[in-house]
Amino acid sequence: MFWETVKLAVQAILRNPMRSFLTVLGVVIGVAAVITMVTLGRGSTAQVTTDVEKLGANLLMLTPGQARFGPSATTDTARPFDEKVVKTIIDQLSSVETAAPTGSSTMVAVYGNTNYRTRVTGTTNNYLQATDWDMAQGRSFTNLEEEAGKQVCILGETLREELFGNADPVGENIRLGTLSCNVIGVLSAKGASSFGTDQDDIVIVPFRTFARRIAGSSDIQLIYISVRDGFSTDRATDDLTALLREIRRIGAGEDDDFTIRDMEQMATMLTGVTDVLTGLLSAVAAVSLLVGGIGIMNIMLVSVTERTREIGIRMAVGAQARQVLLQFMVEAVVLSGLGGLIGVVLGLSFGAIGSNMLNVPFVVDPQIVLIAFAFSVLVGVIFGYFPARRAAQLDPIQALRH
Amino acid sequence: MSSPTVSLPSEDPQSVIALRDVTRVYGKGDALVRALDGVTLDVAQGEFVAIMGPSGSGKSTALNVMGCLDRPSSGQYLFKGVDVANLTRDQRALLRRHYLGFVFQGYNLLPRTTALQNVELPMIYQGRPRAEREARAIAALEKVGLGHRARHDPSQMSGGEQQRVAIARALAGGPSLVLADEPTGNLDTKRSTEIVELLQQLNREDGLTIVMVTHEDDMAEYADRLIWMVDGRVDSVRKTRGGKR
Repeated sequence: MFWETVKLAVQAILRNPMRSFLTVLGVVIGVAAVITMVTLGRGSTAQVTTDVEKLGANLLMLTPGQARFGPSATTDTARPFDEKVVKTIIDQLSSVETAAPTGSSTMVAVYGNTNYRTRVTGTTNNYLQATDWDMAQGRSFTNLEEEAGKQVCILGETLREELFGNADPVGENIRLGTLSCNVIGVLSAKGASSFGTDQDDIVIVPFRTFARRIAGSSDIQLIYISVRDGFSTDRATDDLTALLREIRRIGAGEDDDFTIRDMEQMATMLTGVTDVLTGLLSAVAAVSLLVGGIGIMNIMLVSVTERTREIGIRMAVGAQARQVLLQFMVEAVVLSGLGGLIGVVLGLSFGAIGSNMLNVPFVVDPQIVLIAFAFSVLVGVIFGYFPARRAAQLDPIQALRH
Repeated sequence: MSSPTVSLPSEDPQSVIALRDVTRVYGKGDALVRALDGVTLDVAQGEFVAIMGPSGSGKSTALNVMGCLDRPSSGQYLFKGVDVANLTRDQRALLRRHYLGFVFQGYNLLPRTTALQNVELPMIYQGRPRAEREARAIAALEKVGLGHRARHDPSQMSGGEQQRVAIARALAGGPSLVLADEPTGNLDTKRSTEIVELLQQLNREDGLTIVMVTHEDDMAEYADRLIWMVDGRVDSVRKTRGGKR
């Protein structure tokens, strides 16, 4: 009897395929949106996690200013660091392997008549060591070059490709604003980061060169610190905090005026952004499901009116009210369930295409697929009930006369 | 799904239908309409009864009450000994499902549904298994002379053929009573005669109890007994010539 009802519902739906499709469009869009967003969100989370693992979980980032919510955690009043601090950290803390000051700016790099906008990072060899970044060609900075702030630079793979193509860059001069520098090496390719930014789109100059010729100040806004093997990041963080409070003369009871983040915290922060976006889109999807549900209710009401005589016939031959109710409920649920199914297929397809475009792994979350589908069915139950009840309450005599 | 039934008294009473002073009123106050105004009537097992009367005389209301589609406002209606007035909507649906068959003036077949599926419909609600349904539906269609058209759609059939499908549908569930509401009202004389002869044959050969409302004297003559209604009352009852042979 139940299968007869389901078969009947499918027949009724297929009798008017265009109308049925338009009816469930809202549900399709809602479910597809949720699944696409969650798939992309999970994909980028997975990407961030692997990136963090690649960078090394033993990397700490030190910035001046107190931690605030959001990615920018420096305040105007916080004192920046200087190079002495970096040296002290390396010299005094046994839990620290190395530390590197960094500064960054976006500039146009020029070689011959080729221009390319890129990120200029001023740092030291320690940065390459801390982030495990190898040279593909040429060499890294010498001590002399670092200390004297020589006009030398190391290219990322993307910039090398853009400026030099197949030519050998080592020994050539490129211009960064007013700074002309000699290319001494090329970094190995790293690929895209979690957010699709190209990590190889970079040129690295000695920190002092950057401070004098580009930033115009020797203040340090970011220090990368790698933790020595055998020490935990917590231990290194504690050591750093104690040392910095002493150097910066922060009294007991006063708050730190610097922030130390490990990569795990960074990952949590970054995925937090994805979660907010996913949440917002889920809200949009919920509205879409609601509208879809109203669409289903509307069409089911039309269907009940159109089929009043059929309902009368069924009642005359012995259908009870609950069987008529069941018939129309099943029809609404099959309709919205089909919409959900189409939505799942579309959502996964868009998710696959999107992950491919954003260069993140394609991660299917079966739980979300199930929940989205269950919601679409629920929409059918809720919005199918009213029209079905109307059908079930028809008077058979009136219905037969219709 | 199992099919619940309404239990009937164990001893099978002689009359399938017993109406005792039945009234059916609609509306109230000045707009009060007495569609049935004290009808007392018996239909015996195996009888073929015709009901006639001017329009508005309460024929259709009487048929609806007998068919358990409607309930009397007062009085008693015993269907095979069960008082229908006391039954709920769902219980009356069960009575229709297991003991009643309907034939309507407008055929009332489901559109875009084959003759076979239409005939199967009551048996689906009876909860009969698919194989049995099909076998019984084909047997019923053969009985009305449409075995060869089982897979056809009602829209591909003539009025007479559609009405014969409707009769097959009324028969297939094995009812105790078939109620026909102007079954020949939409048909020409030749087809009308075919339909009413079919009903008579079912009555004579299979002992089917039939109550038929009609406008046409010729058709009424096929019944055993003719009930004439006026203003919601039974005006006269007479034996017909015993049906034309």
